[in-house]
Amino acid sequence: MSAVTEAPPPLAPTAPEKKPPRRRGRLTPYWLLLPGILWLVVFFALPMIYQASTSVQTGSLEQGYKVTWHFATYWDALGEYWPQFVRSVLYAAAATLLCLLLGYPLAYLIAFRAGRWRNLIMVLVIAPFFTSFLIRTLAWKTILADSGPVVGALNTLHVLDVTNWLGWTQGDRVLATPLAVVCGLTYNFLPFMILPLYTSLERIDGRLHEAAGDLYAKPFTTFRKVTFPLSMPGVVSGTLLTFIPAAGDYVNADLLGSTDTRMVGNVIQTQFLRILDYPTAAALSFILMAAILIMVTLYIRRSGTEDLV
Amino acid sequence: MTTDNSGDVRLSGISKTYGAFTAVHPLDLTVPQGSFFALLGASGCGKTTTLRMIAGLEEPTAGAVRLGDQDVTHLPPYKRPVNTVFQSYALFPHLDIFENVAFGLRRRGIKSVKKQVEEMLDLVQLGEQARKKPHQLSGGQQQRVAVARALINHPKVLLLDEPLGALDLKLRRQMQLELKRIQTEVGITFIHVTHDQEEAMTMADTVAVMNAGRVEQLGSPTDLYENPQTTFVANFLGTSNLIEAEVDSRSGEDIVLRAGGGKLSLPGARCSAPTTTGGKVLVGVRPEKISLTHADDAGEIPEGRNRITGRIVDSSFIGVSTQYVIDSPVCPEFEVYAQNIDRDVRLVPGAEVVLHWNPAHTFGLDAAQDIDAGVETVEEDAA
Repeated sequence: MSAVTEAPPPLAPTAPEKKPPRRRGRLTPYWLLLPGILWLVVFFALPMIYQASTSVQTGSLEQGYKVTWHFATYWDALGEYWPQFVRSVLYAAAATLLCLLLGYPLAYLIAFRAGRWRNLIMVLVIAPFFTSFLIRTLAWKTILADSGPVVGALNTLHVLDVTNWLGWTQGDRVLATPLAVVCGLTYNFLPFMILPLYTSLERIDGRLHEAAGDLYAKPFTTFRKVTFPLSMPGVVSGTLLTFIPAAGDYVNADLLGSTDTRMVGNVIQTQFLRILDYPTAAALSFILMAAILIMVTLYIRRSGTEDLV
Repeated sequence: MTTDNSGDVRLSGISKTYGAFTAVHPLDLTVPQGSFFALLGASGCGKTTTLRMIAGLEEPTAGAVRLGDQDVTHLPPYKRPVNTVFQSYALFPHLDIFENVAFGLRRRGIKSVKKQVEEMLDLVQLGEQARKKPHQLSGGQQQRVAVARALINHPKVLLLDEPLGALDLKLRRQMQLELKRIQTEVGITFIHVTHDQEEAMTMADTVAVMNAGRVEQLGSPTDLYENPQTTFVANFLGTSNLIEAEVDSRSGEDIVLRAGGGKLSLPGARCSAPTTTGGKVLVGVRPEKISLTHADDAGEIPEGRNRITGRIVDSSFIGVSTQYVIDSPVCPEFEVYAQNIDRDVRLVPGAEVVLHWNPAHTFGLDAAQDIDAGVETVEEDAA
């Protein structure tokens, strides 16, 4: 008995010695965060502050700009360019929807059916990134060219009659119409939809499909009640990764669209680089940011992803 | 049981091959309505494949699966009146316990599920947890949800694929009794796949021991244990001492055998091997059937018992019994389990002893098989 009670003391002296390294260990995460925080401060926080101050300046390029707390710039910008804002949201939403419709079956195929072809298909999904964004968008100019086979085929099949009636195209051409811009956006952002969808589909345990089948769910019901709800995290992040950059994009509208398809990105680009009206460009950027932030917040609330495992 | 046979499972000649590998050799099996049937075997023996063919998750390469009078061989799982409790449960992580249990009912278009689900949750003692998500429950609770989710559909047959594999030993014992209780209560045919021979014997009325895609032997747990037909069954179910012996003569119903200079007697009815004089036979006896007597008291052993002399190599005290390993001329590692009733202090390692047992407890096996088949190795234990 006495041997048992005497056993603990030898441990005691070592306990205080352990303290100093533990305290240093507690600071380690902050040291590791430091480079990232510095980067964010220099390249994100400071430019944001600078941009915010620019947005409330008045003056001209010749006389210089001064901070005059001129918030009216925001109202003026919004009043003048609201059609471009609405158009940005609509085009981005259409492109996101198309990405989802095209990307989901493909991601499903890669995750569950591709077998040994899985890696090859993944490479094919990512392969376009090896070419510049600009070149790929320009290529669509050729694809959708007025005398090209695509437009010819759409014409013969009377698809253009339908899209004309919907107001997506005009006359015999696709180029310089909303349809062309949405096609370009869809194409360019499709991988950003497929990759998160694939990741969340691939994580689903195959036995859950078997269990659903065993519990009288037909294949489509299994998809509706088990696979799709479990892939919601992928759907949400995929739509965000597509919608957010698409709403701010200007390259597609610039190369594939016309003056009637200008998006807010084009307006900001023109204000900043051609007209050199920096306050308006900065104000428009902030409005776009705020609009996206609100929409994303509402969207995440609605889709209830925090409920998912 | 009643004359209703709609819960009978009849497998006729079903087999499954994957390329060149045969997972299940043509198999005939009938599981009668209302029975608790176990498919027992080491991993990779084809037991799970057999179960999946009954569930419809795997299509047999050949043969037919019948439930009662209905041929279900080519029916998809969602059209079969069969439910499965999956290994590691496969509960739907995005649904709460209530919805998990209600899943099958809702898929069959039943609108008012509340009462049934609550009753089922009460049966498995999870009424309080209805609104929790599966990951908030312990392993044992998840297991009960899996059982409830399957049973609520009143299947003709309930299939259990290693349902207790993920639980710790104590919980396993408890769930074994629980499952047995539920089966008796609902009277549904249970087909239970397991690699744990104790689990199979505790729970099942009938056990089929599978090995390498074939059923080695089928019978009640007692029958399998007392009358193994192959060395695999003898070694896989509990422990057997197997001795190679030569047929000497016949005396009435018994066969007299020669082994290591001594003579052993074996009831002819308990020998599954051909017995021509001079031929080889494997003689088996279970460790707990054997009595140990110190060599000095050999004279006190009654006549007519099978005897073998040996020396104690090792002994370990288990509590209810003491397990001895004995080196004898016929077998270098003879195992003996002695009840701790009157312990003889002389029975320590190094002591010379006589092993003796009632000849009626001896069984005979064909000597043409691998004497070590079915002996559990360390790797198998870990899996």
